[in-house]
Amino acid sequence: MENPENENFCPDLIEILNGVPHGIALVDQDLRIIMMNRFLEALTGYSGEEVRGIYCDHVLRTGFGRNVQVFRQALDSGVACSIEGDILGLNRKKIPTRFTATPVVEPGGQGQALVLVLEDIADCQKTGGKKEVGTAKGLLGHSPKMQEIFELLPVLAQTDSSVLITGETGTGKDILAEAVHLASRRSKYPFIKVNCGALPESLLESELFGHVRGAFTGAHADKHGMFQLAQGGTIYLTEIGDLPLPLQVKLLTVLDDREFFPLGSQKKVRVDVRLITGTHRDLKQLVQEGRFREDLFFRLNVLRVHLPPLRERDGDVRLLIDHFLQMFAASFKKNVKKLSAQAVRLLGSYQYPGNVRELRNIIEYGVNICRGEIIEIEHLPPYVPADAGKPPRAAAAAVAPGSPESGNKGSGGTEKELPDNAVSWSAIEKRKILTALMQTGGSRTDAARVLGWGRTTLWRKMREYDLG
Amino acid sequence: MKILATLQNNDIAPRFDLATEILIANIVRGKISGEPRTVLLPGPGSDALCSLIIKEEASLVICGGIEEAHFQYLIWKKIEVIDRVIGPAPQAIALAIAKQLRPGGIVRTESKRSAHS
Repeated sequence: MENPENENFCPDLIEILNGVPHGIALVDQDLRIIMMNRFLEALTGYSGEEVRGIYCDHVLRTGFGRNVQVFRQALDSGVACSIEGDILGLNRKKIPTRFTATPVVEPGGQGQALVLVLEDIADCQKTGGKKEVGTAKGLLGHSPKMQEIFELLPVLAQTDSSVLITGETGTGKDILAEAVHLASRRSKYPFIKVNCGALPESLLESELFGHVRGAFTGAHADKHGMFQLAQGGTIYLTEIGDLPLPLQVKLLTVLDDREFFPLGSQKKVRVDVRLITGTHRDLKQLVQEGRFREDLFFRLNVLRVHLPPLRERDGDVRLLIDHFLQMFAASFKKNVKKLSAQAVRLLGSYQYPGNVRELRNIIEYGVNICRGEIIEIEHLPPYVPADAGKPPRAAAAAVAPGSPESGNKGSGGTEKELPDNAVSWSAIEKRKILTALMQTGGSRTDAARVLGWGRTTLWRKMREYDLG
Repeated sequence: MKILATLQNNDIAPRFDLATEILIANIVRGKISGEPRTVLLPGPGSDALCSLIIKEEASLVICGGIEEAHFQYLIWKKIEVIDRVIGPAPQAIALAIAKQLRPGGIVRTESKRSAHS
């Protein structure tokens, strides 16, 4: 949008369009992109400059197919029209979208052009306003610990301070981050999630801060980083503990100055972005080990929220069982109505090392396997009866620094003493997976069967433990 | 190895789930062997396309937008996926062979910026 080729546009107009919390594109009479606002750049992952002249259906990835007839009709008739459909966003998710196409005279030319406004209507399509007990946009629970989180949510949303979310894997850190964003004044602007552990350092720097043309081999055009694409909104850096040290310095500078140099650029870019970070690691311990900068830790640790593991959320297991049961039964069109009392008791005594994600998988398994109306114990994954009632695992890697859990084991009566040689659940699980794979000669299907898991669960856990 | 690209006219199809044509190229010693094959699908659908990709034993898929579930499924099957690619499929395949194609890459013909369109 700041591209000098946009000489036909008044800079103020461009800034105005950048400030609109909807995707906006101007396309010519052949439906090729002339310009896009920053919101749409964030949605599609392309900069307006690099897609200039390309057909809009390639850039927007709409579900209308190749002709985009509706847009052509608007051009031919000169009458604005509106239609609902979807687009595939940068995050590979389908986003239900309302498209409004308004014909205008092409800037600096005689021909017709079309202004496309893309409005995210996902919220309108959800549940018709049906409210759930104790939720915060996807988080569910009525245990005291979760109620504390829900009470804290408006406070977190009101401010612009950095938030650090800690918690074991599967506790809902990503969902909480998005809930904070959606409840904040920035909700109409992008929420962009970047996994700091998923990319090598060189790519991550370009991904976060962008680059200019010629900054490195293959940099054929300027590219905005995620910080720029999140302008006005929130950037969520998940697995912040995995952020390489050199980038920690740059991130600290951005947090302090609100500006940075994209890769290879001489020009500073100023951003107004709220930062939320998440990790399952103990950042304080990483600081002590010299793997995480202390100054950055203090900067991120302004507001800290610790999501409790499911085993510490009294009463939430039952609520979540009912929720997932209804969800999967409807989704798979099955007539499963409830779990037997024994199955509920069993699930109540299970420790859930994978937390809510694991419970969700267990119920999904049960709904799939069950052929009647009631899920019995035999319909649950075999490892559940085997492991239920066993003492909880050793304090996991995911204890928040300074959180009640870190120095007060057993306060809630759930942490029992473990033998000195106890290892973490993840280490045990990793060993189980490797043993099963060795037994089955590397066959993942057979290994999943040996472990009593679905293939998807095995695949997910192998990714989690980097065994892929 | 085999490279499979989703096709719309001569371009990479903007959406994996809506693609009804694919282009399959056999790569031998870093070059395309024989004439790339175009396959017309009975209809659009991510699941059917994933099955076909596995049946064809493709090592690399070049496509436009693809949903996370199908992306992860192909990765799990050890198939490399370069997604969000815009541009003519033959050039995209050539760039992929030269290891110069990245996710989100925009492939342009030399004559003009949007020559692929």
